[in-house]
Amino acid sequence: MGILEVKNVGKRFGGLQALGDVNLSVAENSVHAIIGPNGAGKSTLLNCFVGKLIPDTGSVMFDGQSVLGRSPHEINQMGISRVFQTPEIFADLSVMENMMIPCFAKRDGAFEMNAISSIGSQKDILERAEHMLEDMNMADKQHMHAGSLSRGDKRRLEIGMCLSQEPRLLLLDEPTAGMARADTNNTIDLLKQIKDTRDITIAIIEHDMHVVFSLAERITVLAQGTPLVEDTPENIKGHPKVREAYLGESA
Amino acid sequence: MFGLNKKDTTLLIIVAALCAFAPFLLNPFPEGSDMAQFNAGYPDLMQRFVIFGIFAIGFNILFGLTGYLSFGHAAFLGVGSYAAVWMFKLLSMNIIPAIILAVVVSGLFALLIGFISLRRSGIYFSILTLAFAQMSFALAYSVLTPITGGETGLQLALDDPRILGISQTAQGNIPVPGLFGMEMRDSFEWAVGSWLFTFNFGYYICALIMLISFYVSIRIFRSPFGMMLRAIKSNQQRLNYTGLNSRPYTLAAFVISGMYAGLAGGLMASMDPLAGAERMFWTASGEVVLMTILGGAGTLIGPILGAGMIKYMENIISKINETILHEWFYWMPDGIEDLLVAMVYPFIGKGWHLTLGIIFMLVVIFLPGGLVEGGQRIANLFRRRKAKKDDTKGTTEPAE
Amino acid sequence: MEAIILQILNGLDKGSAYALIALGLTLIFGTLGVVNFAHGALFMIGAFCAVTLSRILTLSHEVIDPTRVDFLGNPLKVDVPYLYDWFGVETGDMIIDWAVPLSILFAIPVMIGIGVIMERGLIKHFYKRPHADQILVTFGLAIVLQEIIKYFYGANPIPTPAPDAFVGSFDFGVLIGFEANQIIYPYWRLVYFAFACLVIGAVFAFLQFTTFGMVVRAGMADRETVGLLGINIDKRFTIMFGLAAAVAGLAGVMYTPINSPNYHMGMDFLVLSFVVVVVGGMGSLPGAVLAGFLLGILESFASMAQVIDLIPGINQVIIYLVAIIILLTRPRGLMGRKGVMED
Repeated sequence: MGILEVKNVGKRFGGLQALGDVNLSVAENSVHAIIGPNGAGKSTLLNCFVGKLIPDTGSVMFDGQSVLGRSPHEINQMGISRVFQTPEIFADLSVMENMMIPCFAKRDGAFEMNAISSIGSQKDILERAEHMLEDMNMADKQHMHAGSLSRGDKRRLEIGMCLSQEPRLLLLDEPTAGMARADTNNTIDLLKQIKDTRDITIAIIEHDMHVVFSLAERITVLAQGTPLVEDTPENIKGHPKVREAYLGESA
Repeated sequence: MFGLNKKDTTLLIIVAALCAFAPFLLNPFPEGSDMAQFNAGYPDLMQRFVIFGIFAIGFNILFGLTGYLSFGHAAFLGVGSYAAVWMFKLLSMNIIPAIILAVVVSGLFALLIGFISLRRSGIYFSILTLAFAQMSFALAYSVLTPITGGETGLQLALDDPRILGISQTAQGNIPVPGLFGMEMRDSFEWAVGSWLFTFNFGYYICALIMLISFYVSIRIFRSPFGMMLRAIKSNQQRLNYTGLNSRPYTLAAFVISGMYAGLAGGLMASMDPLAGAERMFWTASGEVVLMTILGGAGTLIGPILGAGMIKYMENIISKINETILHEWFYWMPDGIEDLLVAMVYPFIGKGWHLTLGIIFMLVVIFLPGGLVEGGQRIANLFRRRKAKKDDTKGTTEPAE
Repeated sequence: MEAIILQILNGLDKGSAYALIALGLTLIFGTLGVVNFAHGALFMIGAFCAVTLSRILTLSHEVIDPTRVDFLGNPLKVDVPYLYDWFGVETGDMIIDWAVPLSILFAIPVMIGIGVIMERGLIKHFYKRPHADQILVTFGLAIVLQEIIKYFYGANPIPTPAPDAFVGSFDFGVLIGFEANQIIYPYWRLVYFAFACLVIGAVFAFLQFTTFGMVVRAGMADRETVGLLGINIDKRFTIMFGLAAAVAGLAGVMYTPINSPNYHMGMDFLVLSFVVVVVGGMGSLPGAVLAGFLLGILESFASMAQVIDLIPGINQVIIYLVAIIILLTRPRGLMGRKGVMED
């Protein structure tokens, strides 16, 4: 029984069958990659995990509980954190404030009317946020405007924000899309380090095979809304069906 | 001090000092001089400065922090006024119960409207709040006449019960609002040379309440709650995916700012015990938007500056007329005098709205941070110039 | 039955005005992505085009009339419009009488000019700014425009009558087989409705059947893609802004005989027109027109005595009430597209 169990999930948009009959199981403390060509339904599938979309059919269970019909903040509080394709951070706030917000969410839940005490008096939150920034090698940037960070740093910050909630499942939506080679390698190193040092399950949607094969322990290949194969990276590499899906008939 | 950091404490003390010495600061010109018409230190106007300051401070908690643009905030001001006047009619002329009821009623009203309107965001939210406020206005004007006094407005009468007070004074007049024996209109006048300074009890009550409101708003700005509100403005999606529910946060901000508006409405009624539906009209809602943006949305001091500036223009610039202009420019050659008067005339007197509109547009185009940003830019300019001077000093010194 | 038809007819003129203003608002919003709070001011300026033209047409010079004397026994001085000198009294009178319809010709170039200047001079710089900024700057512009009009024309409403031929009412009921005196309807309101239909039809035909319109529609659907095709969309959008201004202006011109124009009429209509746009669905042209007529008619029904007896005050709040209900149940309005202004 995996931590994330997806059964018979289907989703239609008008005449388009975005997801057919998706079955998927992500094992606890593993790194599971979902790959597939453009339009394979990867992002749609991910949106079904986090409450942005509700599938027409099937079920999505996280740790034995259904996530369907719950709003994004409830699902996050269950222990699923999400990293977006383009880094979503609070651009108008400082780096430190960015890191404090998930710490508050972890400590106080979805809503806490804390309007009288000052931020400076929240020692535990400050400590936790500082610690996390150090982990991300961003302590020197804590007073900067988050919007003025480089793209790589924004990505680091976003991953750090997710980790500071100590999620059980971290979802990454093409975390290296549009990144330069050096930034991509940094991100891979960061994710490897996270995998090695934390009790965490990572599900990653990715286009870049370099990233996938450096990280993943298991890979699901999605094509036209249905999973083609699920296997270890070694077996996926030489799989004829995968080559066909990616490179067309000529391969 | 008071749990604020040094910068905020300084700001609070400056505002407190400005409020305390406003009767001097706003009356810089001697009585009877040409410039005396620029004096704004009379009780009625000073009260309005601080009351609208409170209104704008509250609006800023919603718009400045969360970015939700309400176009119907005057409804809460109007409701507060009605509630206060009813307290004067039924209970007593003491302003404390009136203000408390004004805040409570407007808070509940804001809870209801906010709960519905906040289901949408962006322009839809603006239109919903506008629709609710216009509905309140229309109903107050027509069907709700027994409660609101309709077109004539809600006024005190000699036969009001006032169960804890008196229905009429010994002279057979309607009693006036007061606070434990002091009347709101009590004033102390102090003549120094040809200057005349008026210290009005009602003004100082309003100023004190504004200071408290300002202090509370600073605390909110600096609190985790305030940070969440800024996060909503910055990236609501990220906030939701970080496990935080933005709805109760925005609703709390909406209710708080509605209570500020109710407080302002209650104070208005306390200074002059009547309330009319026109206080809820959408232009009144537009006015508080103008004040907040003009001063600087999202800044602490901005709304107070904006409120002061608009109320000053409304009361002072609107009083300048053609004769006064001719007096100003009399020393110029005739033709140029007439030309200048003709050029300035559209912008003063009844045309002050034109001046306001132009200033407002310029601020939105060039100074999105309002007067506060303007001040900061000027300060930076001086600082840079000073730094440059120090620099040149530094480089020339070795040569000496 | 008669009462129902009468209320529908009564709702048509206001509904036409709502529909025309909302159509222009939607054109601007759909093409430029700008929320234009100054659109009501354009409607008002259109109305003042009619006022201006009738003033120009009645420009006069003093002439001594030898046949009449004033009360002091001096020869009477009378104002004679220049038009009398040029075209004779009869034709001159007719031209003056037809000032409002003639203003259409006058208003079109004026309004397009104002629209283009507004877009190039101000709105253009706000494409990339947040919607709140657009609302605020156009709100400021609306204040400025109405104050300018107030400065030149004063604060009082200026009566601007319709041509004599259209003054008064006629018995509409008889035309459709009812008894006499059941459905009396003023001529001009019918003219206004017909005119509105004509303008709306022209705008739709223009968008549907011309290449220009096709590009604009494509731009409304997906601005970026059309931009990528190498078509200069900006220039077309400037023209669209001028067109939208002209539509609002024409609505204003023809509305003057129904309501004497004053400087704040634009703001009065604007608030309602925004409600109309939102009800119709942001960015949907048919939605704007449909919602305009629908709300105009609903408003007229709500002001029937029987309805007011039933629900007091309903006539005051009906439009807002409908707007709130629609926004809460159908967030995209009646015919709105997905994804417009939802972030």
